Amino acid sequence: MRSEFAIDARGLSKDFGALRAVDGLELRVPRGQIYGFLGPNGSGKSTTIRMLCGLLTPSEGTANVLGTDVPGDARQLRPKIGYMTQKFSLFGDMTVIENLKFIAAIYSYPVERRRQRMEDLLERYDLQEQRRQLAGTMSGGQRQRLALACAVLHRPELLLLDEPTSAVDPQSRRDFWANLFRLAEAGTTILVSTHYMDEAERCHRLAILDRGVKVADGTPQELQSGCGMHIVEVLGDDPYAAQAALHGVREAVSVTQLGVRLRVLIPEHHDDPLAIVERALREHGIEASATLTHPTLEDVFVAVTMKPEERAA
Amino acid sequence: MKSLSRLFAIVSKEVRQLSRDRLTFGMIVGLPIIQILLFGYAINTDVRNLKTAIANTAGSHLSRQFVAELGQTQVVDIVAVVTSADDLEHLLRRGDISIGVYIPPDFDRRTVDSTRGAVQLLVDGSDPTILGVANQLREMPLHFDAISRTGSSARNIEVRAYYNPERRTPVNIVPGLMGIILTMTMMLFTAVAIVRERERGNLELLINTPVSSAELMIGKVIPYIVIGLIQLALILGVGSLLFDVPVRGSILDLYMAAALFIGANLGLGLFISTAVKTQFQAMQMTVFILLPSILLSGFMFPFDGMPRLAQWIGEILPTTHFIRLTRGIMLRDAGIGELWPEALHLAVFTAVAMTAAAARFTKRLD
Repeated sequence: MRSEFAIDARGLSKDFGALRAVDGLELRVPRGQIYGFLGPNGSGKSTTIRMLCGLLTPSEGTANVLGTDVPGDARQLRPKIGYMTQKFSLFGDMTVIENLKFIAAIYSYPVERRRQRMEDLLERYDLQEQRRQLAGTMSGGQRQRLALACAVLHRPELLLLDEPTSAVDPQSRRDFWANLFRLAEAGTTILVSTHYMDEAERCHRLAILDRGVKVADGTPQELQSGCGMHIVEVLGDDPYAAQAALHGVREAVSVTQLGVRLRVLIPEHHDDPLAIVERALREHGIEASATLTHPTLEDVFVAVTMKPEERAA
Repeated sequence: MKSLSRLFAIVSKEVRQLSRDRLTFGMIVGLPIIQILLFGYAINTDVRNLKTAIANTAGSHLSRQFVAELGQTQVVDIVAVVTSADDLEHLLRRGDISIGVYIPPDFDRRTVDSTRGAVQLLVDGSDPTILGVANQLREMPLHFDAISRTGSSARNIEVRAYYNPERRTPVNIVPGLMGIILTMTMMLFTAVAIVRERERGNLELLINTPVSSAELMIGKVIPYIVIGLIQLALILGVGSLLFDVPVRGSILDLYMAAALFIGANLGLGLFISTAVKTQFQAMQMTVFILLPSILLSGFMFPFDGMPRLAQWIGEILPTTHFIRLTRGIMLRDAGIGELWPEALHLAVFTAVAMTAAAARFTKRLD
């Protein structure tokens, strides 16, 4: 039976010795969507992706990936998955076209359509000029496009991307995401891990991981509206002094400077956040304006990765 | 069918990468030639031209004849003639000579008296090889004794053959050297093969593809089998060109033995590759196996003279069996059929090592 979820993980955990890298992860990824994994380094994103494609055996829990149980026989899963590793993992001493040919042969892509497929990919991922260049000598953006081309060559149903944009410039990142949307439109399910907020915002849904635990999930809008925090923006001549003033305010669980502005997070159960901030500024004789604003994904991230006792302040 | 084309993809990838790796490519050709030149010329157990001084206190015709004959053996190089045993000891102590020959005044009489030695050899015993040569030279007066008794000088030629202390020559070294060179290159190349892909991250990509462990292993090994056989041709060529090493048996048998041996080393290399984490560790492991292969295989020292434990270790190593095969085929004109226990050992070793490597190489990272 075809499940509506491409990935359905229940209680997935992974221990490395005494360290629990992933703890009881519940994850449902609907088909044909881009699902984001947001979390700092070491939060268990890579470990989860590796468990889902069968590279690592879960210590506890199971997952159903495209109808195949993990852990289990990963062989029938391999042709249906495309995997892009965090580190460039193609062959640096082979050319672009040689890498593509190798991947096509390994996935037994039909010989008669192989040439056409490779030409299409070279065009789609803007690699025609580099076709005879050794992959190891290409720029970060070019390598990343080649890696994506190789990952999708065999037309996988599910694409697992482990921090695909960590080594590329902003323009390349934008182009890369345009490609991802095109793939998703064509029906490919994409699970992508990132630590960039702007990328997370582009996902259909996302889960936020912190120290191996999923602390929140939903659409970016759901997460923003349900973050449980008032956001007060403070604009003044001396943001540094304002920050010092707000530092002593118990209700302000987070104060972050963004240029000349400060973003102050105050838990939702306080009725008048603006009054709290203004009082503190006044007490320290600081001239600054405070306004209520909407939470961004970054605010959500700060809020949900906070320790519970901090959040309750 | 799919499996075959995947295998072919791996093989052609390996060949392509090898052809771009100039250092490795150079090693494939350079290593055997340098090794054979080094070993062929430097490890030479025909000891010749040992510096020798003579103290001939007899001065008789017979003693002069003895000195002349001693010189003709080319084992000794007479660099000084002194007058007393004290002078000989002095030169020996200073390290000017390795052997001092003292001929006593009553030399002629002693040669016919079998109870007393006719000549005294003063030897620098610090090098056992020199001592061994001197021990052989010691028999000279005894034989000389026989000549003088029979009065026949026609046996002089026989005397030279007898005293030629050549026990091992490049003829004996080169067949063994083939085993050492192949062990060194084959094991190192494959030991590094998988670890390198692990270090570069290629492995994480590869194991996520439909390629199976066996396809990956065999695909990586095939190019090196061909390379090993090319190396063998190189060694044989240089061996026969520079050192006149014969191939008395069938060259086909030799190649069959080599194919088995290469298989065994590649299997071992792959196994190392799956057991270690870095290329550096892989090299250390290779040296760890290479050293006993040189020392305990019968290449350097006669197998029979080794302690029992060393023999057991030697029996496990593929190099030991390969050296027996090559010496048998090249020097004694033996067929691989006659040497089947050695061939069988190599075949079994290959199968075990390859199976162990494929089993250890699970398609997982943990």
